[in-house]
Amino acid sequence: MTMMGRFACRLDVKAGTVDMTHGAGGRATHQLVTELFARHLDNALLAQGNDGAAFDVPTGRMVVSTDGHVVSPLFFPGGDIGSLAVHGTINDVAMMGARPLALAAGFIIEEGFPLADLERVVVSMAAAAREAGVPVATGDTKVVEKGKGDGLFITTTGIGLVPPGVDPSGAKARPGDKVILSGTIGDHGVAILSKRAGLEFETEIRSDTAALHGLVAAMLDAVPDIHCLRDPTRGGLGSTLNEIAQQSRAGMRLDEAAIPVSADVRAACELLGLDPLYMANEGKLVAICPADAAGRLLAAMRAHPLGHEAAIIGEVVADGNGFIEMATLFGGRRIVDWLNGEQLPRIC
Amino acid sequence: MKYVDEYRDGDLARKLAATIAREANTGRSYHIMEFCGGHTHAIFRYGVQDLMPENVRFVHGPGCPVCVLPIGRIDNAIELAEKHGATVCTYGDMMRVPASERRSLIKAKADGADIRMVYSIRDALKIARETPGREVVFFAIGFETTTPPTAVAILEAERERLENFSVFCNHVLTPAAVAHILSSPEVQDHRTVAIDAFLGPSHVSSVIGSRPYEAAAEHFRRPVVIAGFEPLDVMQATLMVIRQLNEGRHEVENEYVRVVTREGNVKAQALVAEVLEMRETFEWRGLGEVPNSALRIRDRFAAFDAERRFAVTTRKVRDAKSCECPSILRGAKRPTDCKLFGTVCTPENPIGSCMVSSEGACAAYYSYGRFRGSDAGGAGKGVPATTQEAAE
Repeated sequence: MTMMGRFACRLDVKAGTVDMTHGAGGRATHQLVTELFARHLDNALLAQGNDGAAFDVPTGRMVVSTDGHVVSPLFFPGGDIGSLAVHGTINDVAMMGARPLALAAGFIIEEGFPLADLERVVVSMAAAAREAGVPVATGDTKVVEKGKGDGLFITTTGIGLVPPGVDPSGAKARPGDKVILSGTIGDHGVAILSKRAGLEFETEIRSDTAALHGLVAAMLDAVPDIHCLRDPTRGGLGSTLNEIAQQSRAGMRLDEAAIPVSADVRAACELLGLDPLYMANEGKLVAICPADAAGRLLAAMRAHPLGHEAAIIGEVVADGNGFIEMATLFGGRRIVDWLNGEQLPRIC
Repeated sequence: MKYVDEYRDGDLARKLAATIAREANTGRSYHIMEFCGGHTHAIFRYGVQDLMPENVRFVHGPGCPVCVLPIGRIDNAIELAEKHGATVCTYGDMMRVPASERRSLIKAKADGADIRMVYSIRDALKIARETPGREVVFFAIGFETTTPPTAVAILEAERERLENFSVFCNHVLTPAAVAHILSSPEVQDHRTVAIDAFLGPSHVSSVIGSRPYEAAAEHFRRPVVIAGFEPLDVMQATLMVIRQLNEGRHEVENEYVRVVTREGNVKAQALVAEVLEMRETFEWRGLGEVPNSALRIRDRFAAFDAERRFAVTTRKVRDAKSCECPSILRGAKRPTDCKLFGTVCTPENPIGSCMVSSEGACAAYYSYGRFRGSDAGGAGKGVPATTQEAAE
């Protein structure tokens, strides 16, 4: 590639670190963008090399969504901040029923951040974007002084196109609708936590981070009239269902026995005194649809690799309080409330 | 996980529930105080109250470590960080407990104080080793369960001659609190607060054993059954309590035999006794001054005692007006009897300490049980769901 020749010395990706000049907008910035970002994220839109990416779109409804990624640690079993930044925003666009078209990425890098780590993140981001078929069309890089950031923050914005007749919304859950979950919960949250707390479990729990737009497309093919779609990320399934209940002014009745949780996640949560219902997910979704379409939707989900453990976990009921009530495995009943603050282990 | 699932088996629970319903005498009521927040949490999380007959009621006790800490001690911790510039390390639950003037550790942190959430005292030791120039204080709270780690950490700090580490000791003792509750006038005349028996602490008892409750059981003629924190433990212990009451017995029994012995963990007790000693008296939120109910650091380890190192003095601070935490901690009122419950006081914006920790009675009611009474199916279990209902 001839562009490399424009710089006297190549970027020292092996041993070098990011310094303030990389964010100053001069030659060093240009070199970082060229030799690291553009090289890996390589696509036609980015190659335009302008302040933004311009492209034609068909007519119809557009969706735009943005998400800041501040995960610590940056690398975790099953993914890293790069793949997460791609998947997270694609999923937000997909939950609107849209087909994602392109992403924009903003990087805030702390002075002293190793270039090798940055490259690892960008390579992972590029792989995730390529696999999803959604290019990172434009980007921005800023460097902040040491101590003013936590290594690396990535904000991604996605745009997408909504097929005609599709309009899922958190406000559309109706009494009688079924609540369907695409698979096991808690995997991402436990993967992060176990890494963060330095906990070594016998088996490694991997993040479920994945782009869900393919699954969503298959679901909308089977049932265009899905009432709600949402990915239970931060705050977990419990908080997501409460959001929907509040928006829709309805309650839900869940069956704890029907909610898939892997044995490893259950064991880790037990050990840490945490509840899988409030652990983050990055590759799962909740769909709410009319009861008569639930069987069809479930079958379509189970036919997709990212939904093969999908299950109907409950139904929407009329309830002015918007309570999510769950029949416990034990035979009692309890509320599934919003996550309050942070989940904390028991003291005594 | 097999081990845990066995204690959450729904079929077994239904069988136990049937036995309890059969044996509970319909001619009387059974008011059972579960001392620990761990029990309160299990009762709500698994819906144990739903499986009990009408006349078997759980009364929630004060066994939530962050709930019983008086406001003055939280003010002290904030002062350690703000006035003395110390790095204050504490359990996450402590962070949001309201202090004076609508402050809390989390607000002090946001204002720039160096307050860190840790999972154990070992993390605080590590921070002290890594930042030799900084005073690092561990805000030690908890019942007997958390005392051995505190003792071990202080011994370790002494061995390493760690000069910047100290402990702000707030450990409190269970048997003293049980006796205090039972000797209060409101329980003695049996009109304002009915407590017929106790579910004894599980993890605490693994350290101190079952023997320390014997005096109170005998003196106050109330059965104590030590129960594990799993829902089947709670149900089995409840059955044992009912049998004792039916037979007119008032003994200390142990349901949690897989962990608790009569003598407890003697090695841990020796470690604690080496480093910590009894305070003559200590203020508990809700219970007031309780004699012989808390521990302080022995003179030999004065260098590691934040109270002496920073000349800490604790002011008595009144609880927020109309907050019923004090009565709730004594079992005299239910969370839903409080005018603030669920209106002004919520887990996001706690006014009283019982709304903060998941082991607190108000937080458990709010998070797991506030649907009760809102529909026909959940009503009548003695757990009013709304303030209006509570006022009726």
